[in-house]
Amino acid sequence: MRITQGQFSFLPDLTDDEIRLQVDYAISKGWALGVEWTDDPHPRNTYWNMWGIPMFEIKDGAAVLYEVNACRKAQGNSYIRVIAFDNTRGVESITMGFMVNRPANEPGFGLVRQEADGRQIRYTTHSYATDKPAGQRY
Amino acid sequence: MAKEERVTDIKERYKGGVLKYKQMGYWRPDYEPKATDTICLFRITPQEGVDAEEAAAAVAGESSTATWTVVWTDLLTAHESYQAKAYRVDKVPNTGPGTNTEQQYFAYVAYDLILFEDGSIANMTASLIGNVFSFKPLKAARLEDIQIPVAYVKTFRGPPTGIIVERERLDKFGRPLLGATMKPKLGLSGRNYGRVVYEGLTGGLDFTKDDENINSQAFMHWRDRFLYCMDAVNKAQSNTGEIKGHYLNVTAADMEEMYARAEFAKSLGSNIIMIDLVIGWTAMQSMSKWCRANDMILHLHRAGHGTYTRQRNHGVSFKVIAKWSRLAGVDHIHAGTAVGKLEGDPMTVQGYYNICRDSYTKQDFSRGLFFDQDWADLRKMMPVASGGIHVGQMHQLVTLFGDDVVLQFGGGTIGHPEGIQAGAIANRVGLECMIKARNEGRDIMAEGPDILKAAAKTCKPLETALETWKGVEFNYTATDAPDFATTPTAS
Repeated sequence: MRITQGQFSFLPDLTDDEIRLQVDYAISKGWALGVEWTDDPHPRNTYWNMWGIPMFEIKDGAAVLYEVNACRKAQGNSYIRVIAFDNTRGVESITMGFMVNRPANEPGFGLVRQEADGRQIRYTTHSYATDKPAGQRY
Repeated sequence: MAKEERVTDIKERYKGGVLKYKQMGYWRPDYEPKATDTICLFRITPQEGVDAEEAAAAVAGESSTATWTVVWTDLLTAHESYQAKAYRVDKVPNTGPGTNTEQQYFAYVAYDLILFEDGSIANMTASLIGNVFSFKPLKAARLEDIQIPVAYVKTFRGPPTGIIVERERLDKFGRPLLGATMKPKLGLSGRNYGRVVYEGLTGGLDFTKDDENINSQAFMHWRDRFLYCMDAVNKAQSNTGEIKGHYLNVTAADMEEMYARAEFAKSLGSNIIMIDLVIGWTAMQSMSKWCRANDMILHLHRAGHGTYTRQRNHGVSFKVIAKWSRLAGVDHIHAGTAVGKLEGDPMTVQGYYNICRDSYTKQDFSRGLFFDQDWADLRKMMPVASGGIHVGQMHQLVTLFGDDVVLQFGGGTIGHPEGIQAGAIANRVGLECMIKARNEGRDIMAEGPDILKAAAKTCKPLETALETWKGVEFNYTATDAPDFATTPTAS
């Protein structure tokens, strides 16, 4: 299944040129950019691995593309996203986030239901990838 | 004429009987508002023979300490603090002789900080829109705008979640959120209702929503609705790997029942609940408090507002309702679509959005904003655009409203000829391609239709949607458009 997190998951995968245009947009807004990857795309897995610290005060989007490709080289069969940070007072959070890499096969999630009191059900979203140890997931 | 002036001699002022409001001290053209004053702008239509300054003074009087006659007990108080002060009156442009509208005036009235209880919208509104709106010497009155001093803003806790934290919790950034109101509004059983939720969310929506009048009627008990909806939300989440939500409407007859429904929503793992404006300010503030204590996003449907916000000559403008809502503390508020089926011209609607989302709202007469408003770091509300919008308008919606908005396509999702999932896919693809194009620097207002057409080449549901709703527009003249004087220098 295709995980639809991020800004553009319903569109065809972005080419490097298209990624560059998005990065340039973030730079034009004065935002910092970071690259992150994970082998556990559970929707509540907030903290993906940082591919270095976010890049602040960058002038040239090529630097971000360089890091994206370096991350792909090292972690090519995982999820990789680019995110933008805005440090404006009153925002001070993430303002963009989109996928730039996916594993060849996306096993997705199962829903585990535990019947509880009355008619209540406790739900667990189970990431199939995590059935295997880290490093062997994709 | 001297009799019209403010009577400053204490013996004269309090000798008993009836004085004009101006004489009582409610008209103070020389008054300079303090940084801690609340400023109200009223649009008033005086009765025949009542002069504008006296009418403005009457508004100030009746919305603060005055009664119809002089009372000596005023002298036991620091009465000048409690007197609201009308300090400026302007003719409203395009009213009066030679127009189709009776003469109206903008009256500026200042209120001292001591007049309102800290953190209480109920208290503030009891004064500002209390007796004064039934006062006979005025044919009509409208609270057009309000400026709330930082000192008073800081007594409110504001939205329990706010735009920034909501996005972090949902893990969704850099694009509007997508929603849909479940249809038909009435008659679906819990199980059938959950089906619509499931299809919409799995298709690609972020949120689905109860309608304002879905509470717990004979056809669907609220517990059934909550249980089935949460099954749908969780299944859609595991199908997509994205956080999803359904606004569970907890509006009920009394607070105890609303709390019970909210607690049940929480126990099922819902991330959002919903209330209707008709529950009233105190109930809204109570639910806001509950949401803050329970990590819950609070969605407000503005049901009922049209009864007092729509007519230009009488009532309360939605700008003011939006300001009070931000203080009272809701996370989402329906604020208009501009292009959809419900009232609101684009500039005025943008004015509402500014109130919801700004850190500091700038005076902007063209958007109906008469005052600067410093929000003093109060959290921001996510405006919701809902009612008669469809994917073919995506370029307009993104241009008008930017990223921080929930776009709700109800009929525009559920009415898709190929099914609800197809409707949701069409909306999501339409949204993502428009955001992508905007970020790439393209002129989406000019190229929007072509951008959508290009995306539809690889997305059949979008192609069908564009064909189905081609040319659907609601072009009526707005009732409530901003009137602005050409020379205003409001404080």
